[in-house]
Amino acid sequence: MIDKTVATAAEAVAGIPDGATVMIGGFGTAGMPSALIDALIAQGARDLTIVNNNAGNGEIGLAALLKTKRVRKIICSFPRQVDSQIFDALYRAGEIELELVPQGNLAERIRAAGAGIGAFFTPTGFGTLLAEGKETRMIDGRQYVLEYPIHADFALVRADRGDRWGNLVYRKTARNFGPIMASAATTTIAQVREIVPLGALDPEAIVTPGIFVKRIVALAAPTPMARPGAAG
Amino acid sequence: MNAPLPTQRYTRDQMAARVARDIPEGAYVNLGIGLPTMVANHLPADRDIFLHSENGLLGMGPAPAPGHEDPDLINAGKQPVTLLPGGAYFHQADSFGMMRGGHLDFCVLGAFQVSASGDLANWHTGAKDAIPAVGGAMDLALGAKKVFVMMEHLTKQGESKIVARCTYPVTALGCVSRIYTDLAVIDVTPAGLAVVDIVDGLSPTQLVELSGVPLHF
Repeated sequence: MIDKTVATAAEAVAGIPDGATVMIGGFGTAGMPSALIDALIAQGARDLTIVNNNAGNGEIGLAALLKTKRVRKIICSFPRQVDSQIFDALYRAGEIELELVPQGNLAERIRAAGAGIGAFFTPTGFGTLLAEGKETRMIDGRQYVLEYPIHADFALVRADRGDRWGNLVYRKTARNFGPIMASAATTTIAQVREIVPLGALDPEAIVTPGIFVKRIVALAAPTPMARPGAAG
Repeated sequence: MNAPLPTQRYTRDQMAARVARDIPEGAYVNLGIGLPTMVANHLPADRDIFLHSENGLLGMGPAPAPGHEDPDLINAGKQPVTLLPGGAYFHQADSFGMMRGGHLDFCVLGAFQVSASGDLANWHTGAKDAIPAVGGAMDLALGAKKVFVMMEHLTKQGESKIVARCTYPVTALGCVSRIYTDLAVIDVTPAGLAVVDIVDGLSPTQLVELSGVPLHF
């Protein structure tokens, strides 16, 4: 019998080694797997590369992980926010490397990794600072930039419900990066509100099929309200 | 810069109402953060217009009543919103595919500068100590069939934000279709900038002087 369920957040993040690339779902706090991040902090892995849309909010979740100074590099689209003070201080002090990626390119690079695409041409970013030094090509009269996939060793995602095979459904805009990150990592770990019996999820409505998920843990952790800020 | 400052300007609400007039029934629209979000207040309730939010929803409704905020239902500015009947959620790759794939009809964005050829600068001041953040700005700028920019015509120092060439780092090249400012509505055309509306009390000559770029009337 295949049962991907684990009992605790600590078990869920066991084995994430130093130097790992870890994708973390969420757009602000919506979809951020805070309990898994807290467990990763307790677990102690360092020299991490983190992939997230933002670079932490307030003092919790990803921001708390950054505060431990165990993150060498962050790949994201919108680090600067009203409450990104922890990232801001690390960046200004030169204590974290930033790879800034337009949000759609970030999403597509993650999707490409999960879909086995070797690279792709995108119009986004052409002629801007963020495409400097990158290969470009004119295709049918339009200019494109070559972008490569982003693979991860681990992905930490938050979904609403799941089952022991790892099938997931999400809740509202907390879906955001979850499905694509789940497909792009060697080991995807899902934090869900509830684990339901096999067959209880409508197969027509499953967003992430269990093939993409290795471990699943049910944790009753509320999502804090995001602080409104700039876009992204 | 030496031209006398205009005595009349369109208010922010007038600018938003003017943009709303140009958005027809059935349009799929993304409204950027800040001034563009005010356009939603001016879309007639009897017109079906589909608002897209980059974080993964179509059919975005207004802010919820106090006490009914849901941390899992937010917009690109991370403010609580609602979903209209018929609305849908989707993941980030689909959301940006809607932009990049040319499925959105309009997006409305703020700007630091727009060039005479429609280049847009709205993501980074280029200041050395600034922490860069781009979010969906570059995808949005080239991802809609028509890109509308809403901005004040002049900086606080009285310099035109419509420029021959952007001095701030660009977001996308040649992407802007129409510019709505507190002084005028201006189309970006292959033949140059063409004035559609001008605020009462301002002459074409004065507008050209303030703008510092050639304008067609």
